[in-house]
Parts: sequence; C-alpha cells; structure tokens
Amino acid sequence: MTAPAAAAEPLARPATLEVADLRTHFFTKAGVVKAVDGVSFAVAAGEVLGLVGESGCGKSVTGYSILGLVDPPGRIVSGSICFAGRDLVGAPEEELRRLRGSRIAMIFQDPMMTLNPVLRVDTQMVEAILAHRSIGRRAARELAREALAQVGIPAPERRLRAYPHELSGGMRQRVAIAIAFINAPDLVIADEPTTALDVTIQAQILHLAQELCRKTGTAMIWISHDLAVVSSLADRVAVMYAGTIVEQGRAGDVVGAPLHPYTRGLLGSVPSAVARGVRLAQIPGMTPSLLDLPPGCRFRARCPRAGEDCGVEPTVSSPRPGREVRCWRPHLEAAA
Amino acid sequence: MSVLDTGTRIEADRAPAAAAAAEETPLRRLAADFFESRVAAAAFALLCVIIALALLAPAIVPQNPYNLAEVDVLDSRLPPGSRAMAGYTYWLGTDGAGRDLVSAMLYGLRISLAVGVVSCLIATVIGAAVGLVAAYAGGRVESLLMRLVDLQLSFPAILIALMLIAILGKGVDKIIIALVTVQWAYYARTVRGTALAEMNKEYVEAARCLGFGHARILFRQILPNVLPPLIVVATVQAAHAVALEATLSFLGVGLPRTEPSLGLLIANGFEYMLSGKYWISFFPGVVLLATIMAINLVGDQLRDVLNPRLRR
Amino acid sequence: MAAYILRRLVQTAVLVAVMSVIVFFGIHVVGDPVWLLVNPQMDQRDIEAAIRALGLDRPIWEQYLYFIAGALEGDLGRSFIFGEPALRVILERMPATLELAFAALAMAIVLGLPLGLYAGLRPDSWASRTIMAGSILGFSLPTFWVGLMLIMVFAVMLGWLPSTGRGATATWLGITSSLFTLDGLRHVLLPAFNLALLKMSLVIRLTRAGAREALQQDYIKFARAKGLAERRVVGVHLLKNILIPVVTVVGLEFGNLVAFSVVTETIFAWPGMGKLLIDAIQSLDRPVIVAHLIVIVMMFVLINFVVDVVYTVLDPRVRIGARAA
Repeated sequence: MTAPAAAAEPLARPATLEVADLRTHFFTKAGVVKAVDGVSFAVAAGEVLGLVGESGCGKSVTGYSILGLVDPPGRIVSGSICFAGRDLVGAPEEELRRLRGSRIAMIFQDPMMTLNPVLRVDTQMVEAILAHRSIGRRAARELAREALAQVGIPAPERRLRAYPHELSGGMRQRVAIAIAFINAPDLVIADEPTTALDVTIQAQILHLAQELCRKTGTAMIWISHDLAVVSSLADRVAVMYAGTIVEQGRAGDVVGAPLHPYTRGLLGSVPSAVARGVRLAQIPGMTPSLLDLPPGCRFRARCPRAGEDCGVEPTVSSPRPGREVRCWRPHLEAAA
Repeated sequence: MSVLDTGTRIEADRAPAAAAAAEETPLRRLAADFFESRVAAAAFALLCVIIALALLAPAIVPQNPYNLAEVDVLDSRLPPGSRAMAGYTYWLGTDGAGRDLVSAMLYGLRISLAVGVVSCLIATVIGAAVGLVAAYAGGRVESLLMRLVDLQLSFPAILIALMLIAILGKGVDKIIIALVTVQWAYYARTVRGTALAEMNKEYVEAARCLGFGHARILFRQILPNVLPPLIVVATVQAAHAVALEATLSFLGVGLPRTEPSLGLLIANGFEYMLSGKYWISFFPGVVLLATIMAINLVGDQLRDVLNPRLRR
Repeated sequence: MAAYILRRLVQTAVLVAVMSVIVFFGIHVVGDPVWLLVNPQMDQRDIEAAIRALGLDRPIWEQYLYFIAGALEGDLGRSFIFGEPALRVILERMPATLELAFAALAMAIVLGLPLGLYAGLRPDSWASRTIMAGSILGFSLPTFWVGLMLIMVFAVMLGWLPSTGRGATATWLGITSSLFTLDGLRHVLLPAFNLALLKMSLVIRLTRAGAREALQQDYIKFARAKGLAERRVVGVHLLKNILIPVVTVVGLEFGNLVAFSVVTETIFAWPGMGKLLIDAIQSLDRPVIVAHLIVIVMMFVLINFVVDVVYTVLDPRVRIGARAA
C-alpha cells in the first residue's frame, strides 16, 4: 500500500468506486426501516476495503445497493454511487444488468444457497460468461474450466459436470469466486463469503481472494462481521453501525488505534485481545431498531463517553490524516 | 445519560402496550384480524344470509314445494316473473314439476346445508379422535392409523363415495355415511400433525410430571391447541361436502327425489337446457356456487389469520 | 437408481395385494357377495347352480383365492347388462376416459402455469389479484353446473361447439384417439375445459406459491448478480425449481381427473369409463362396479409409481444423493 496521503484524500489512486451519502430505506407496513442511512466511502483499484459491522447494521444492503439488487419494499432513496464515471443510482436496469457480473461482481455468503441446486456447475458458469460475451459455448466452457483451475479446484472437468450439492462447502465457494472473477471485473463485492465455512477453509479462501485481487488489480469490498478476518485481509477498513459508517481508515490504524468508541468496544470484546482469566468486555445494551432510530448519535445509548452534545447527529470529521470518524468525542489519545 | 436510563425507558414503553393487549381476548383479536379483509367480511356476511335463508325457509317462501297439494303441474316450466294461479309471483320461474323455483331452492339449500354440516361435524369428531389417539399413542398404533389415513387420502373422494353408495344403496343416511367416510381422513391427518407438535412442547411434559391422566392431558391440554387448524380444515371440508353431495345428487345417486337438494334441482333442469329454459338449472347453481364460495373465502381468511407463522 | 425402482416395484406389488384383500373382504363384509356375481333376476334353481359354479358356497378364504386366480387371468365376472366380461367392457371404454383426462390435464397446465407464474412474479398487481380471485372461483364452482352452463353458452346460444359425444378418431403411432382429428378436438374442447377448471385453480395456486418462495431464494439474487437477462432468470433458474413440485402434484392429480371425469362424462355423454360406472350403479350391474374399482385402484397405484420415478429423474438431489466430491 502506498504512503499515507493528505487529510482530505485518503486514496492515492483514482477511485474505482465512490459512494457518497447513500441512503437505502425499506418501506414496510410497520414503518420505514433505514437500513443504510448516510454511507460514504471509496475503493481504489487493487485495494481491499473491509466493511465491518454486526448483523443488521446494513452492510449487506450496502453491497446490494451498489449492484442495484435491493428487493422491494426497499429502494435507494438518495445518494450517489459513482462507478466508471457513471452514477449508478437511477441508472436504467439494462445498463445495470450489463455491469453486473462483468464489471462489478458479487460473492454471497452461503454457496449452497447461491448456486442453483438443480443446475450443473458448468451451466451456471457458462451462462455467466455468455451473458456478457458473444463467444461460442465450447470456448466459454474452456474458460470456465481454466477459472476453476485458477481457484485451486483439482480435476476441474469432473467438477464442471457436477451439481452443487456434490461439492463440499469450500469448493462451492471457490466456484462462486471463480464465477465472480471470470469476466475480469473491476470491483468484486464479497458478502461474508467465509462465514459459512470451517475455520481452516476460511483461511484458504481468504488467501485465494487476496491473491486474485493482487494479480488482477481488482478492487474488493469485503463485508464481514469478523474484525479479525478483515484486519488480516483488508488494506482499509470501514466500520458500520446502525446504518452509517462510524469510522474509516487504514486497517492497521483502525485496529491498532481505534478512534470511535464502538470500534474500541468491538476490539475490546474479541477474546484473543484479552488475557486469560480476565472478564470479557461487552458493549452494554442493544443495537437500536432501524425502524425507530433515536435522535442524535446512534451509539449514544451504549457509549461510555456520551455527553450532552451527542444529542445531535455527529458529522464526519478527519482528526488524523487518512482517517475519518463520525463522533463528537473520538479516542484521540490513542491515535498517532 | 447512561445506559440504565435507556434500559428502563424501553421497559416502560413496553408495559402499557402489554397491558392493552391483555385486555382484548384472543377471540376479539381473531375477529379483528379476520375482518381486516373486506372480501372475507363480505363472504362471512353472505354466509350468514344464506344460513338465515335456509333456516327461515318455511316461513318466507310462498309455497312448500314438497306439498303436492300446493304445486300445480300445469304451471311447470314457466319463465321467471310469471304469475301463479294462487296469486303470488314465480320470481325465478318454475321447474319441470311446477314447483316455484325460489321455494324449491331454499328448501333444497336447507337439505344441502344440513347434510353438509352434519357430515362435517361427524367427520370432525371421528377424525379428531383418531388423530389425537394416533399422536398420543405413537408406535404401532399410530403407524397403522396413519397408513389407513394415507391410503384413504390417496383415492379421490368421489370414487370412494360412489363405491360406498353402490354397495350400501341410496338414502339420506347412506349419503351421510359416504360423506363422513370421505372426509374423516383429512381431519385425522391435520389433528395428528398438530397434536404431535403440541406434544413436544413443555406444558405437556409438565402435565405428565404432575400426574395428570391421559384423558385429561388429551382433552384439556392438547385439544384446545389443536382447534385452530381443525377449524380451518373443517370449513374447507364443509365446502367440499356440500359440493360432493350436490355432485352425487346430480348424478342421481344422492338424496332421494322426494326431497330434492340443489344438485337434484340442477339435474332436473338438465333436460330443459337445450330448449332454452335455462333458469331451472341456472339459479340453483348460482345459490350453490355462492354457498361454496362463501365458505371457501371464509376458510381461506381463517387459515391466514390462524397461521402462527404469519402472526405479527 | 435401479435399486430404487426395484424397491418401489416391490412396494407397489405389496400395495396391490393389500388392496385386493381390502376390496374383496370389504365387499363381503358390507354386502352379500352372492348378488355381486349372480344376476338376481334369474330364477331360483339357476341361482343355486350359479352359486355352486362360482364357488360361493365355499369358505371365504377359498373364495378369495378363486377371486385372485380369476383376476390374474383377467376374469372379473360378467356384466349383467352387457353379458360380456366386465373387464372387457371397462377396457373398451378406457381410452375415451384417458383421452379426456389427458386433454384436461394438458389444458390445466398450459393455461394454469403461465397464469400462476405471472401471479407469483407480480403478486401485488391488479392482474395477479384477479387471477387469484379467479382461482378461488375456480375450485368453488361445482363442476357439473359449469358443464351445463358451458353447454348452454357455447352449444345452445352460440352454437360454436357440439354439446355431446365424442368426435371422430384417427390412429397415429398405434394409438387411436379422437385427439388426432379436428372433429375430435371440437368435441373434446368443452368437456376437457370443464374438467380442467378444478385442476387449473390448483396449478395456479401451486405455481404462484412456488414462484413466490423461489424468488426469495439466494440463487435468484445470485443469478441476477451475474448479470443474466431476467428472461433467463425466470425461464431457467426459477422454472426448473418450481417445476418439480408442480409436476409431482399434477401427476398425482391425474388419477383424480380420471375419477372426476365421471361427472363430465355424464353431462357431455362422453362414452368413457365414468359414464359406465354411473350407469352400472343405477342398473345395479355389480360385476362392472367391482371391476371398475379394481381397474381404478391399479391405475392409481401405477400413477403413484410413475410419478415417484419421474420425480427422482427430475430432482438431481434425490437422484445422486448427497455424494460429497
């Protein structure tokens, strides 16, 4: 990664993707669920951005919003998603379809559910190729086989003819990754791809993803709830809470010297961070309901540092170069 | 502003809501949910009207269609709106035997509904009993009973009914037997499924520990929880029973000619169809259709409302 | 796969055996079997002779064996009315019924599947609500009344289609059917539609429920994320998953269709098994009734078996099993 840049420009290279103040709301019978409520970040080519947060904080919805795959009753309410010079918000469906799978690809969490159980692996790979390129079916199948070999699947020909349930979890996820990279996309969004896998396989998949990104110069957004996984893989990290990003910066900085009280709480509650016999720290309270957000800072009710001024929603500030935080009282003492 | 404050505020918010919920009984809540759908409410109203008409039939119709003295065969096959010799109007015309169609229809509705409801009730009792016993006894007993149920359910109702009538002969009681035989298996299967689920719950275990007898557990604990799906199946089956009885009567193997149900009225009108006297078959059919549809719509809404997975 | 089929065959054979016992002893328990096989209108001496000839004075288990032996040879008694072997009488009329049931099934699928699919894809649209309301109407309508109304409208008032009977037949690939002639198609249209209405509602509801459930699955989202055209997402990914349960249910319903054709055949004077049964019940032609019952049971068992096999073929998960690579 390049040297730290000036305060207002965290990226040294031009951004592949730039999300500005994205808001995606779900209009349900019970009310408006503000799943994503003011999210801004950017990803550069070849860079891995880790999007971290607990379940229900809106990270997956952010991923879907980028691809335009938000299911009704949800929709993008405001904000912009700048990709390859175009704003994807409000773009026509056909244009989005052409981008999906070819310029922007997505890897989902559970490969058993994302690969269609009644179709063969080669069918599902070939159709991903043929949707964007007009080459012959046989040529497409060749590409598919090569892709499988590249992600480290032995005997790819046999795997091509198999059905998803005949493959192990790790192998299915490799297939999903192969499909994601097969059209050489500029951006890959990986939505918790290792959560459903065994720990040993997790490491393999992580390594594979990292390697592919470096080799092809693809930008990647790695969505996860596991800070440990993300910190080993990502170049930069963005921490999400209740629909907004509360802290962003280089992975080493965010994990080593967290600014936001929530990030600090997250790191403090990781078992390995604490010595044996010492009680595990917890963040008291519960995430606020996205239906009925309290006014002011969303973390206020659980924050040990909250004060009077936290009754107003904090704006994003950059107290240190290359880092952003959404807090009136960040932990400045720890940061360099 | 500390965490504790927020905690108590949340608790306090919840308390009044809970208290309000405790005031309304489950029945009231059920009714409120049920009538949310305008279609279902309309269907329910229609059903009430139909039942009222059937019950009050003798009082409101101008003629008793089974009393041959009142029926004038010379008045047969008159179109709707014609006048009778006795002075009243044949609002919907007359059938082939000279019976006023309105009267015949309402009387026929009485019989159709009566047969349908009675057979439904008997089948419910039998089916529920079998289902409960099967679920509670388990093991071989359950296996045997359920195989029987499966066997019965894999054959079409109309065939079983026809076969039974072929063997037993005709008559109101035979029809009811046939209808009951055709229906009980549905109840048995539903009740067994629900009872099995209930039996795994802890309150049954608790009751056993307290030493309650089998019968008591079955009837006081499990049965009330089995009622909701049972009611839903009952409404659907009631509609089927009415339709099946009408079909059997139409085919000539149902209720006897002397007390015609709607099915038989429609059958009677069959021969006049080709000469354009449509009303003899048409109007009884509309009444039959309205009855079945109302029951089905009510049953549909009941199923949605009583479905625990959809409960908010 | 072969082991599975063999197992199912054995199960089927056992089921048939059990059914035969039930049928036989059921008839004995409920009615007097003498009148089942002997025409009550013969005079007394002939009756006694017939009783001895048919072995009806033997112990019951011996009678059962005679029954089975006869059944295996295809002898299920003689029709009182026709004087011919009951089985032959039924088999002669079976093609007509099968034709009708087949046409009705085809119609129910061809019309019901697209409607249900549409209702599932756009559940809140006006058209979809109409379709669902229509489907409730569809299975509330008494089949026989609809048949009458259809005749009234299309045959009497409009005169477009014939009201009764079966059309001319033609032979193709060794099968003789009225579906192969234009006249035959004209005749089969109304009765098939009448019979199809009930099943159409079922198909619509099934397809819609299946579509709605499948649409929520991740593989649909993934297919879209790959940038596939919506046409392919629905036509291949969605459809293949829905088709399995729909086909299974519909296949099983074929038996119901055959049974319910009794009503339609009566109204439209279609010369099939169903009409034969009603006539037999009215005229107390008991051998035909018994034979009819047995044929239907066999048919059901066979249909169940076929559907089971087809299901295994269609669903790769069942076929291949959880073989981890």
